[in-house]
Amino acid sequence: MSILKTIKYSAWLGWEMDSNWTDPFLFFLYSIVRPIAGTFLVVLMYWFIKAPEDLFSLMFIGSIFYMYIFNVLFGVSWVIQEDREHYKVLKYIFIAPSNIYLYLLGRALSKTIVTTIAVLITGVFGVAFLGVKISLTNPLLFLLTLALGLTGIAAFGIIMAGVSLLTARHNFFIGESLAGLFYFFCGVIFPLSVLPSWGQIIGKMLPMTYWLEATRRALLGFGDPSLSDMPDIKILILLVAFAIGFFFISILSFKFCSNLAKKKGILDMTTWY
Amino acid sequence: MNNLRRNLKAVYARAYVRIVGMNREPSWVVFTIFLPLLSVAAFVYVYKATAPPEIINSLLARVIIGGAMLAFWMNVLWGMGNNFYYEKELGNLDLYLMAPISKTSILLGMALGGMFSTTIRAIATILLGAVLFNVSFTLESPLSLGLVFLMTLTSLYGLGMLFASLFLMYGRGAWHTANLMQEPIFILSGFYFPIKFLGFFIALLASFIPLTLGIDAMNQLLGGSFAKKWSLLPVNLEILILTGLTAVFFALAVKALNFMETMSKKEGRLTLRYM
Repeated sequence: MSILKTIKYSAWLGWEMDSNWTDPFLFFLYSIVRPIAGTFLVVLMYWFIKAPEDLFSLMFIGSIFYMYIFNVLFGVSWVIQEDREHYKVLKYIFIAPSNIYLYLLGRALSKTIVTTIAVLITGVFGVAFLGVKISLTNPLLFLLTLALGLTGIAAFGIIMAGVSLLTARHNFFIGESLAGLFYFFCGVIFPLSVLPSWGQIIGKMLPMTYWLEATRRALLGFGDPSLSDMPDIKILILLVAFAIGFFFISILSFKFCSNLAKKKGILDMTTWY
Repeated sequence: MNNLRRNLKAVYARAYVRIVGMNREPSWVVFTIFLPLLSVAAFVYVYKATAPPEIINSLLARVIIGGAMLAFWMNVLWGMGNNFYYEKELGNLDLYLMAPISKTSILLGMALGGMFSTTIRAIATILLGAVLFNVSFTLESPLSLGLVFLMTLTSLYGLGMLFASLFLMYGRGAWHTANLMQEPIFILSGFYFPIKFLGFFIALLASFIPLTLGIDAMNQLLGGSFAKKWSLLPVNLEILILTGLTAVFFALAVKALNFMETMSKKEGRLTLRYM
């Protein structure tokens, strides 16, 4: 089967599996309500405290683009757990004449599409009703950043999926912990400068920090003050390294983990009891 | 008498499994204590970045209390509401229904076990949060605080029992409903900001979720004068309403459980998996 066909059908399967418990309209509502509520929670905190407009915009952009980190990164690693333990089909997917890596990419694609809808709706809502001034000052930077970031995030998700093949009863915590760490250290909902110095050092080592920073600069025209000394081009180079590096690491690590899981005979283990 | 003893034994047995089960993997304890702290920390830094110094302690206290109480809400949703769904998937539900005990005993055992385990985690969140973020609590009336905590938990777990009954019939729909009841409820219960900020009527409607009143009362008793300024109702009235909610939710849960069990049997969905 061709690469595109595998990705296409995996994405379609992902959509069906995620949405077949209800009608499309209800699924659509479901898919957007939770992430929007997550953003709105922080919006209300900022409103309550009457925070400065610039800070609010930084938080808003960070918060809506964090949806990709949570839904795609965590979602892809969760696919292993779901297919292995809930539907018990992982072993069949492994023996099917298609590539499991491409299958996971396809599943990541369906999660990316659903998340994009949520991001768009929240973004439009933010501009229309919350006073966020998205000026799209640099469309090229935005498109490049988005493409590189999503590639890196999907690859990171596949790395985590590989780890999930080898772990029992920890998969949920691994995903949630990573999402929580990124939420805290990447300055998603507050500027990085508020963190203690050790926290800022960790934050500056994480690629997601630069992804959010480039997105903010492209959409708002300004970013986190603590990263202002970094030129756009340097951030872009970092993002290219992140996307390419994680893409290759994900191929190698997933191959390694799946071989190890086969050798250990744990490809279809059940630990949900 | 024998019947009562058997049911009490069932309550104990179900609670025991829950307590042991939640601690069977030592690393889970670490994860369940430190994971909520990460989001608490993020919200703490939102206020550190934006709030004026004179009210920051009160706001940080609110975030920590909210973070601790959030563990109970998650336990009610996933450990109570969705539990019969899990049991159905694992094949235990048939055994529960065949056993010569009341199904309410099973739910009560689940609630007590969940409450115990989650309370330990919530206390850890409060202690760690207070130490890590240097937050001081002003404990005004330990008795009222104890009463608020107790009534919040009983009414909350009563609601959990009701969820368990309602979710019994549904498959993944229940799973997704529980998913959907996370962030929106974090907003409506005033976990991280005073619920009165949303307006009195929204706050009043949100008071059907026991956490709304519980968190509001706890903040009044622990959060100092700023929390009192933003309080929704007097603490005593909140305790009274929580007591009423406990009675209503327990009664509804028992009724719903019987109704859903009969309906599920009739429609042949009781042991239907992967739906």
